Amino acid sequence: MPVSIAVLAKQVIDPEMPMAAFRIDADAKAVVPPSNIPPVVNGFDENAVEAALQIKDSQEASITVISTGTSFALDVMKKPLSMGADELVLLQDDAFENSIDSFFTAQLLAAAIRKLGGFDLIICGRQASDWDNAQVPLGVAEILGLSCISLGKKVEIKDGKVSVERITNDGYEVVEAPLPALVTVSNELGQPRYPTLRGIMAATRKQPTIWSSADLDADASQLEPRITLQELFVPVRDQQCEIIEGDDAADAGRQLALKLREAKLI
Amino acid sequence: MADESGVLVLGDSTGGELSSMSRELLTAGRKAADDLGEELAIGLLGATLDQPSQQAISYGADKVYAVTHPQLAQYQVDLYLAAMEALCRDVSPRIVLIGRTNEGRELAPRLAFRLGVGLAQDCLEISVDAGSKTLLANRPVYGGNAIAVVRCNYTPQIAAIRPKVYEPLEPDSSRQGQVVSFPVELDPSQARSQVVNVVEEAAEGVKLEDARVVVSGGRGLGGPEPFKDLETLANLLGGAVGASRAAVDSGWVPSSYQVGLTGKTITPEVYITVAISGASQHMAGCSGAKVIVAINKDAESNIFKEARYGVVGDWEQVVPAFTEAVRELTQS
Ligand SMILES: Cc1cc2nc3c(=O)[nH]c(=O)nc-3n(C[C@H](O)[C@H](O)[C@H](O)COP(=O)(O)OP(=O)(O)OC[C@H]3O[C@@H](n4cnc5c(N)ncnc54)[C@H](O)[C@@H]3O)c2cc1C
Ligand SMILES: Nc1ncnc2c1ncn2[C@@H]1O[C@H](COP(=O)(O)O)[C@@H](O)[C@H]1O
Repeated sequence: MPVSIAVLAKQVIDPEMPMAAFRIDADAKAVVPPSNIPPVVNGFDENAVEAALQIKDSQEASITVISTGTSFALDVMKKPLSMGADELVLLQDDAFENSIDSFFTAQLLAAAIRKLGGFDLIICGRQASDWDNAQVPLGVAEILGLSCISLGKKVEIKDGKVSVERITNDGYEVVEAPLPALVTVSNELGQPRYPTLRGIMAATRKQPTIWSSADLDADASQLEPRITLQELFVPVRDQQCEIIEGDDAADAGRQLALKLREAKLI
Repeated sequence: MADESGVLVLGDSTGGELSSMSRELLTAGRKAADDLGEELAIGLLGATLDQPSQQAISYGADKVYAVTHPQLAQYQVDLYLAAMEALCRDVSPRIVLIGRTNEGRELAPRLAFRLGVGLAQDCLEISVDAGSKTLLANRPVYGGNAIAVVRCNYTPQIAAIRPKVYEPLEPDSSRQGQVVSFPVELDPSQARSQVVNVVEEAAEGVKLEDARVVVSGGRGLGGPEPFKDLETLANLLGGAVGASRAAVDSGWVPSSYQVGLTGKTITPEVYITVAISGASQHMAGCSGAKVIVAINKDAESNIFKEARYGVVGDWEQVVPAFTEAVRELTQS
């Protein structure tokens, strides 16, 4: 039996965009997507795709990528397919605009996973780089009653168990859990692979499955927002930097030491 | 749950002492409880809790629930969660505060989901609106580029607090409080994941998160070797070495060196950055430093908007001369 793997992936505003391009609409309490910079698949979710592909490299596996949102850039969301994933399921509905509320998002994703018949392993990113919530995967695990291992940097399946190298404060630990299970991964997993030409060709031919809220069997009481955004603002920084000069760069380094000594900092 | 009341901190102990995160949570909780005119309780999980319970009272708790069970001596996520859920259901607090430590990163969201409520994640500051008794939480989003003020719509209102943003209160050993034993029933078979091996990679010497001085290196260092120079400098200053994610991703140093949003939160007296651009996600882990010093060759780099002192120059020239001068100053 091939291992069935789901990867949960979110489309986000590119976090690498220049800081100057970051704007918010305070009245709408929303970040204004920069017009000339396309969205991306959340970085940690590309790590999650890579983790799934590494499993598929060594054993028979199928990979389904699932995402929820109000609208998608299809070429962006097809990237996991071009990297080697098999299926793409998009939960798309105007009512799904609620990304600050992890409870809501997790309910939708869990409903889709149930509808798809469940998976041996669900792999997620550790957090989405827009709202930095780091909650959805743990919520999906709770809703589906799965064990959950977070912050993985290596994920393997053997003997019906998932084995994860989990990042800790001082290094890492190896954690095991029986399948089915959910795992979140971090950038320490390493660079995601690049799409191959063949992968890109295959991805263009694949059509995503698109479901709206009517297709999902989610309990309405569980979709009430748990969190409300009251205000969104850009913090002000008022730090004045004193630039230490010198005859040359080395001298500036010496002057810096004297300055810090004078200020009793060293 | 009709009569929720009070603030419940979920705390822990390390080496028989109340953990620093718990002390910080008590500061945040004390203020919230006073503003509500309600009680501040702390739930401590462990096997033996006498000393940390007394400490919790001196740091501001009115009541301590000593949640004891032999299985709680060591952290295991499923069992800790079961104990926390039992405590929350029994105590019925209005507000629950938990630390966004490595453990809290998995405990807090799962606890909130289990209780069917929302979680204000990774908060820098909390306050209560005394009239409506609602919790308002300021939390950085978009890597720290913006701050969201969020409200929890269900009780208990749960907030995970970022480490090192609240200072512990001055301990007062004359404070009075009540210690209540809260034994829990735990079924060891609930522990579904198992740690089978632990690998330590952190540097020897002063711990990054406790160091008075931290010297961090970034992508501009170009390779692993220059980190030896930073180590020499850090040793002279009695400090520790950190890094940006770019340096970690390049494999130059282990991930335990990473400072930032998804790395460590540090609050040294002096934070010296070398060839780091100062991306918001990096600053998220070090903006609590008293003084930031930047060495970077690009005068336009964001780090100069965050630093108190800066040198615009190539680190290959600046760092050796700076290190020499530090050696002379600190050893004479
Ligand atoms: C969700 C998310 C989470 C993240 N979490 C973290 C995190 O926890 N920690 C973190 O650090 N980053 C994090 N990042 C990454 C962050 O956005 C930046 O990409 C990263 O911090 C950049 O590292 P850097 O400053 O070393 O590299 P760069 O941004 O490339 O900067 C290198 C700097 O070195 C300078 N330089 C180059 N050569 C020299 C020289 N010879 N002498 C002097 N200066 C020189 C350059 O002028 C430049 O300013 C995260 C990103 C995302 C999306
Ligand atoms: N809208 C979404 N669609 C699919 N997956 C998501 C979505 N939101 C969050 N996730 C998954 O949950 C992880 C953590 O997201 P968050 O809890 O929002 O920070 C992400 O890295 C994804 O794997």
